[in-house]
Amino acid sequence: MSKVSITHLGKVFGKAGSGVPAALVDINLEIEENEFVTLVGASGCGKSTLLRILAGLDRKSSGAATSDGQDITGPGAERAMVFQHYSLYPWLTVMDNIKFSRQLKANRENLSSSDVEAASGRADALLDLIGLRKVAAAYPNQLSGGMQQRVAIARALMGRPAMLLMDEPFGALDAQTREVMHDLILHIHRIEKTTIVFVTHDVEEAIYLGQRVVLMQPRPGRIHSIYPVPLASERNQDMKHGVAFRDLKTEILTRIRESSGMATDLDLLGKLNQPAETP
Amino acid sequence: MRLHGGTKAREITVNAEGTFVFEKSLPESDLSAVKPANSRQGIWAIAASITRAQYWLFAGVGLLVPFLGWGALAVSAYVDPIFMPGPLDVFRRLYLWLIEDDLLNDTAISMYRVCLGFALSAALALPLGLLIGAFRPVEALLEPLTDFVRYMPAVAFIPLVMLWFGIGESAKISIIFIGTFFQMVLMVAENVRLVPRAQIETALTMGADRYEMIRLVLLQSAKPALLDTLRITMGWAWTYLVVAELVASNSGLGYAILKAQRFLKTDTIFGGIILIGLIGLLLDQAFRWLHRRSFPWLHGHR
Repeated sequence: MSKVSITHLGKVFGKAGSGVPAALVDINLEIEENEFVTLVGASGCGKSTLLRILAGLDRKSSGAATSDGQDITGPGAERAMVFQHYSLYPWLTVMDNIKFSRQLKANRENLSSSDVEAASGRADALLDLIGLRKVAAAYPNQLSGGMQQRVAIARALMGRPAMLLMDEPFGALDAQTREVMHDLILHIHRIEKTTIVFVTHDVEEAIYLGQRVVLMQPRPGRIHSIYPVPLASERNQDMKHGVAFRDLKTEILTRIRESSGMATDLDLLGKLNQPAETP
Repeated sequence: MRLHGGTKAREITVNAEGTFVFEKSLPESDLSAVKPANSRQGIWAIAASITRAQYWLFAGVGLLVPFLGWGALAVSAYVDPIFMPGPLDVFRRLYLWLIEDDLLNDTAISMYRVCLGFALSAALALPLGLLIGAFRPVEALLEPLTDFVRYMPAVAFIPLVMLWFGIGESAKISIIFIGTFFQMVLMVAENVRLVPRAQIETALTMGADRYEMIRLVLLQSAKPALLDTLRITMGWAWTYLVVAELVASNSGLGYAILKAQRFLKTDTIFGGIILIGLIGLLLDQAFRWLHRRSFPWLHGHR
């Protein structure tokens, strides 16, 4: 059985028949246990909406979405989410942010006292995993954007979620930091065996991280095609210069350009460059 | 193209064969000649930063000039000292008020009223505002009503309050309550609504229930803003106290001012007004100090 099963899923914002194009139409997607799936597409293609429905933060309008065979009706601790930013709790230290889920009933109920003790061991291990042991006592506003996102990832992993849902988590980071984060999240995926669904608008990021890339198109939001990524499961940055990588990137970028309706008008740019006429 | 290596820049060009040619170093001044465009305007550039000493210099001038102007006006005999006593007269009066009359007692009773009215207001406004900010149905139920009452002038309630409570302590406290409560509810609700959505949704995906959401996320996240709300409404409570004491009282600073008017003791009026301003300023500073103390995570820097 698939980890996640989405069948004929649709989402409409506002009233039906109000003329607003549907956010999602007839989405069908199976995600396997321990898979790394990336969703990519032009803005407005519904990739974030689909992720939020999986998280239980948004409601579907039609169709079905199940996780482990269970209908997704609301958010749950087994599906942790990492947002683009502003999600860390600024009043808690890095360590307390990571341990936050331990304060919640959902995580306490099925715990024995030995589990609670093991929890601080896990928090320490996660700090090591993200390489931030040294700043455990710092507050989030003392950290760089990349460090903050690493903490957000560790916090999401703390409750050992079966799934990690990531909504453009590296979108606000600079290019160099992002590369480091890519290798970190791949490492985490290998070690934690988490199923990851990752939303991005960056095609290179989608290919480098994903085992499959789901390309979505806007107006109405739908799946255009699903590409298996023809790269070894152990990724490294050099693969980005390989032919297989470049071909897939070209293919996906072309499809996105076709659908976004934002092709570059070279004639218009040429006109902009001409000197203004003096009267 | 220029590459910046060390302090000197090198000019690099591409020759006909397509290889890089490294030219000799450019003079250093090439780089250092560049200055921010607004440096000539100094501290008068828009949003420029100033040193601490400069800040206190300007603050001192801003405070001292009106005082000197006031003193000059009083000395000039241009106005009758009965209507406009000088600063020295006022401070002498304050001193006499302190040692001969009951300045401390007047201040204490005023403080007592403000604190009680304010505490009552906060004790009800905080939970109510929290509920309005957290739950849409509560917002729909209570916010339009609160918005409506807020525009009724608290001062206009004084006759009604006097009919209901006479001129006892409850009358003064009621007026302070009416003057601050409704504003405070709305501000608290807004503070709670401004908690970033990502903070709430993260807790949801970690399995937080509604009670945990309020206690561990909404309240914690809004705390600094809530303390600011208390600080601002404390200022209003202090204003309404004086209003209440002017019309419905026989003790307190406001009453002392009113009594002084009857006997044409303008220096007492001036002294009372300045004292009320000073106490308000001190309360405000106390809240700011508490803010810095309570939220080190807000004031820490990278």
